Amino acid sequence: MHAKPGFAVERAGDETRLNLGGDWTLESGAEMERASDSLIGAAAGARAAVIDLANVERMDTGGAWLIDRARKILQNAGVDSQIANARVTQSTLLEAAHWRDFEPPKPPPSHPLGDMLADVGASVVGAWHDLLHGIGFLGESVVALLRALARPHLFRMTSLIYHLESFGLRSVPIILLINFLVGCIVAQQGIFQLRYFGAETFAVNMIGILILREMGVLLTSIMIAGRSGSAITAEIGSMKMREEIDALKVMGLSPMDVLVTPRLLALIVALPLLTFLADMAGIFGGLVVSWGYAGLSPDAFLDRLKTAIGFNTFMVGLIKAPFMALVIGLIGAMEGLAVQGSAESLGRQVTSSVVKSIFMVIVVDGLFAMFFASIEY
Amino acid sequence: MTVEANDEAKGSDAIIRVRDLVVAFGPKTIMRGLDLDVRRGEVLGFVGGSGQGKSVLTRTILGLVQKRSGKIEVFGKDLDKVDMDERRALERRYGVMFQQGALFSGLTVKQNVQAPMREHLHLSQRLMDELALLKIELVGLPRDAADKFPSQLSGGMIKRAALARALALDPELVFLDEPTSGLDPIGAAEFDDLIQTLQRTLGLTVFMVTHDLDSLYAICDRIAALAEGKVIAEGTIQTMLSSQHPWVKAYFRGKRGRVLALTRDDRHTPAPARGL
Repeated sequence: MHAKPGFAVERAGDETRLNLGGDWTLESGAEMERASDSLIGAAAGARAAVIDLANVERMDTGGAWLIDRARKILQNAGVDSQIANARVTQSTLLEAAHWRDFEPPKPPPSHPLGDMLADVGASVVGAWHDLLHGIGFLGESVVALLRALARPHLFRMTSLIYHLESFGLRSVPIILLINFLVGCIVAQQGIFQLRYFGAETFAVNMIGILILREMGVLLTSIMIAGRSGSAITAEIGSMKMREEIDALKVMGLSPMDVLVTPRLLALIVALPLLTFLADMAGIFGGLVVSWGYAGLSPDAFLDRLKTAIGFNTFMVGLIKAPFMALVIGLIGAMEGLAVQGSAESLGRQVTSSVVKSIFMVIVVDGLFAMFFASIEY
Repeated sequence: MTVEANDEAKGSDAIIRVRDLVVAFGPKTIMRGLDLDVRRGEVLGFVGGSGQGKSVLTRTILGLVQKRSGKIEVFGKDLDKVDMDERRALERRYGVMFQQGALFSGLTVKQNVQAPMREHLHLSQRLMDELALLKIELVGLPRDAADKFPSQLSGGMIKRAALARALALDPELVFLDEPTSGLDPIGAAEFDDLIQTLQRTLGLTVFMVTHDLDSLYAICDRIAALAEGKVIAEGTIQTMLSSQHPWVKAYFRGKRGRVLALTRDDRHTPAPARGL
């Protein structure tokens, strides 16, 4: 197929003649690079060098570049070198791919410690800006919500229903399953550990309080952050990438009203409903395991549960849900609107949306725990 | 683009030969027995109405769309009969510039140009850097564009960067999908010149899908017109102007075509202007 690039050396006095042969094409890859490097070695020290292309069968820009680079390097080393017997097409190529200095830009001097400190500083500043931006965005969406209340005929009902279905209804199976399983696990562990103290029945108290106050709402929020928060970011982000957001703006429509408000409201409505289902599934999981594992009949379980929890236990979990929804929706929309032109940026924002909303969900949960503890609810 | 190829006279040997091609999507037939030759060393302009399947033909030749029947030969090899390795070897010999550029958005322009080199060639990083910058300079981009991301480039620069990537492996054959669409007339004319210069310098064969009458007049050696799933006219601009097919007539001698036909005719075509 193709002949190896190579050359023969002919010395006449202090003049060196390099007769190149073979195919000087990119196909030869590294071989061609080695050949061009050894060209320099072969002619070093001579007064003059002639690079003869008469026997070169094929040549492309890669070959032309390497040959001319070798010539230039020899020239700089004080060898008077030139290229001879180039065909017309070869000269055209050599002209197009003539050697030029592509000095790579020097990387700025780096100090490992300084860079690290700078990175830390930058992320602190970044986090602060995120917070400010988030508060600003919260304000904007409250205004958008109020606007929707003031002019309900302009509100996008279809969009709200659509998102209620996709965020709410379609997540019911997975939410039920996860919470049922977690209820089972909590019950099993509780019974197993409390058995040492002969206090197996107290596992019911633990299941009731843990599921209703914390686990139900937390697991649901985390699932929804992963499932719907990421969808919000991806949808809004890809609309941003294709200038659809700009198109909305120039039509006099606010992306806040059209895209963010319906999604935010849908989440705020869907999450408490899902939390209620999650609570029920979790307790049902606990009931099943108590019955099978500890021999506690469903009737006894429910009796025990009635004394262990109050209405407030149930409400503590449920009150948190709309706030979790707000956090997830705001972060999802905000990250979506921050997407830049590239596919990579979309991926980065979706990741950061999920990470940030899960983090914030847990932070908000902690704040609520402190709040409820201090009002003794 | 090898020198040897350039040395040969612009002979009649076809670098792409399409015979009796049928392409259909479900019940909708796009190509009905299409024949087309692209000869070595020429610039072939491929025209056709929107929705007639210009892109489909390109994508079929490139193997991105399945054909129903017919034969496609590229570099004298029947694409149905080559194995994977041969196919890869063939793919190395052509470069494609997509209409929207299709630059990888997560890579800089330089990395985009290097992407095919990295996959197909064994070169040192230094040489890859140099060759990428060389290609970037050949297509007329400023050197500082090399480290920019596609989202930071203007439309014209994206086209040039896409061309640089298409040329990365020094192909013999280049497919250009509407290279001048979306460019202003000055930018488009510059791009035409660029294609012509590169075609001559590197000895390329160019298959160009275009709507741009200016490009057709300025740089195409031959033109093929597509309608009703077939090539209805093929030849130089003069052949097109004298064609009696209603679509070709409307295209080349419509309001937009007429002015160009007039100005170009008295400038450099040997044949007399017909009936204008």
